[in-house]
Amino acid sequence: MIAEAGLALLWFAAAMALLQLFAAIMALRGGEGSSEYAGVVRPSAIVQGPLVALSFLMLMWLFIRTDLSVLLVAANSHSAKPFIFKLAGTWGNHEGSMLLWVTVMALSGSLVALVERRLPERTMIATLAAQAFVSLGFYAFLLFSSNPFERLPTPVPEGNGLNPLLQDIGLAFHPPTLYIGYVGLSVAFSFAVGALLTREVGPAFARAMRPWVLGSWIFLTIGITAGSYWAYYELGWGGWWFWDPVENASLMPWLAATALLHSASVLASRDALRTWTIMLGVVAFSMSMVGTFLVRSGILTSVHAFAVDPERGTFILALLTIYIGGALTLFGARASTVSEGKQFSLVSREAGLVFNNVMLSAILGIVLLGTLYPLLTEAFDTKVSVGPPYFNPVGAMFAIPMIVVMAVGPLLRWRRDSFDRIAKALILPAVLTAALLAGAVLLAPGIGLLPLLGLGLSLGLGVASILPLLGRDLRRTPLPTWGMVFGHLGLAVALFGMASESAFSTEKLVAANVGDVVEVGPWSIELTAIEPVAGPNWTALEATMTARYEDGAPVTLHPQSRNFTQPPQTTSESALSTRWNGQLYAVVGEEGLDGRWQLRLWWKPFVPMIWLGGLLIAFGGALSLLGRVLGDIRRGYQRRRIAMRRDERPHSRAVPEPAE
Amino acid sequence: MSAPDEKPKGRKWAIWLPLVLFGGFFVLVMNGLIRPAARDVESAMVGKPLPEFALPAATPDLPGLATADFKQGEPRLLNVFASWCVPCAAEAPQLDELRRVQVPIDGVAIRDREQDIARFLARYGNPFASIGKDDISEVQLGIGSSGVPETFVIDGNGIIRYQHIGPIMEGDVKTILVEFDKAREPL
Repeated sequence: MIAEAGLALLWFAAAMALLQLFAAIMALRGGEGSSEYAGVVRPSAIVQGPLVALSFLMLMWLFIRTDLSVLLVAANSHSAKPFIFKLAGTWGNHEGSMLLWVTVMALSGSLVALVERRLPERTMIATLAAQAFVSLGFYAFLLFSSNPFERLPTPVPEGNGLNPLLQDIGLAFHPPTLYIGYVGLSVAFSFAVGALLTREVGPAFARAMRPWVLGSWIFLTIGITAGSYWAYYELGWGGWWFWDPVENASLMPWLAATALLHSASVLASRDALRTWTIMLGVVAFSMSMVGTFLVRSGILTSVHAFAVDPERGTFILALLTIYIGGALTLFGARASTVSEGKQFSLVSREAGLVFNNVMLSAILGIVLLGTLYPLLTEAFDTKVSVGPPYFNPVGAMFAIPMIVVMAVGPLLRWRRDSFDRIAKALILPAVLTAALLAGAVLLAPGIGLLPLLGLGLSLGLGVASILPLLGRDLRRTPLPTWGMVFGHLGLAVALFGMASESAFSTEKLVAANVGDVVEVGPWSIELTAIEPVAGPNWTALEATMTARYEDGAPVTLHPQSRNFTQPPQTTSESALSTRWNGQLYAVVGEEGLDGRWQLRLWWKPFVPMIWLGGLLIAFGGALSLLGRVLGDIRRGYQRRRIAMRRDERPHSRAVPEPAE
Repeated sequence: MSAPDEKPKGRKWAIWLPLVLFGGFFVLVMNGLIRPAARDVESAMVGKPLPEFALPAATPDLPGLATADFKQGEPRLLNVFASWCVPCAAEAPQLDELRRVQVPIDGVAIRDREQDIARFLARYGNPFASIGKDDISEVQLGIGSSGVPETFVIDGNGIIRYQHIGPIMEGDVKTILVEFDKAREPL
């Protein structure tokens, strides 16, 4: 009954989306009864969220109970699996993750219909029509090609288990985080389409869209950071970014959302960059859909693709064509009729933001090209794989100027400024960068060019990112400004971690007997024992290592080589020891014929700063979002007060809109 | 520098650029989606010669594999496998049985890693005379194999004579031996 109820709820939600689209079209056409139709649009959007959420809860319930009469549960779960991973099994597969996608989409649709009252109602209806149109495609995909509630003709005695790589607490919550980010951008997409349909592109549109972009961007940032850390410690290869198609799939929407975030700020404050913002609004969610397509269709081979199916790829491609193709056609037809925004001079904050937007878009293009390149060459019957030798230098070509402008841009004034005014403030970061570059060349020759530049620029950017706070009363500095400072500082911190990891890491791959001592960097590590241990659904060989940093106190590490029973698979569980200045990373491999054990050990100076930086960026986003939302609430309150007073005194003059 | 918003009339075409790029994307992935379907022409390869290939060794202990190895006058089995493939482990006893009755077997390891292959062979036994490492599935696709495991009977002139799709189970050993004997006679 639970499965049937879940399916029924889903059908009901799809019907509401159809009603939402129909009513919105009737309302936009105008004519008789259009205001009645308009009244239906918001409520039908609002009820969808709870309906789909309930359906998702039903699926979760089935997984918690391990109901083996349901195909999806039987194929992906197992009664012996720990509770938390039964829960995570709900979205650790294709159908469940698509239901999660639709759930997030419906909930965002509900929320935007519930709270967004600032835009002209006509634009809002067009926006909700777009949202309904997009949702319908995904409902159809779910109901016709990926029904998560399908029953088995006869229940099976035991389930098939879950990919053991996914039985990790970090990863259990990684996909939902990314999905909230991906799908939240659908709201920005709908706003962009709504604005194009009604030709209402202006600061109000940007202000309405901005919190959604910010929110999605925060989740994407956390999702990418967590995903990178997961790959780092779970895959046991010691790397933190592999330029794998699945990673790129999450990076591309992030790059687009970052660009969108900044151009929406320009549009909101200065009423410039109208077409550009609209385009990025369309592109950001398009990248989410393209990313999902690349991951779900299995069209690109990837280390991460856990749920792939080429046939469904065709369905998603059809959806992509309708939505992205449709939106871009609309953009082409309408964008030239959107009136121009305000002008600005070459040296101004707008110009800096435009420059970095172009750089971000270029990096996005590079990542997209690199991700699709194997497909391109496959069309001509050569198989290639594109990796760091392409992405790192080509990406850096655009990332380096971007970081320089990032250091300067926030110090510039809107509209018109001169370099002379800010030159004094920039002396410190410039000198620090130069000093570090010179010092590194002299003291540690042999560092690659990119890590070297990364180290220098990270220091310069780190200092420059704090400069906007100089001379301000910190208690009166608006939250979004703090958000910007933390975001930019976070990027500097992450960049420092990346550069340091790549410049200073040391690696040892040795065969060791129990009792041997291995030196790696400043560490000496003794292999003290190797013993078998058992978990709920796995057995493992666990090494005990005693590690000392220089002459410090010993730290015990327990890396494992773990064998899962259902399905049979071996994973290496790495062991980490984190210090303020880096991380020791230990992996135990196979036993050799001579009874020695393969050990892989890395010392990675400052590597945790990569993820610390990612979290700082997300924290900056959260501060900014909080500031915007509080500001919106305050202005809404003021507006109501003003409106009330105006009602009391009908003869007073028109009251200007409260400033942002 | 001019902002993207300041469009002189001559740059209006740029508005259509994203759509054109998306069109390119569409053509590319459509091609990618259709081609795998066209790949599984299986039995069409029976009676045809092996494609030309020369694969590097997959383990330090055994040589790699090339088309020339199949033109020595005696028929051989070609087994397409991978260490990550569970059914491949299931057919290991049957391959071993074939090896014990003096059937020479060569392996092609699909998208695999050396240490994984070594581990796989250590665990399930090694029936192979040589193993080629096929990281991009070139041989697999070239001989019309759509998945792992698959086993081919190749005659002494390098002609594909029989294709067995899926793992070799107990009942299949006899069929394969019959096909192997048939392959002793040239076509």
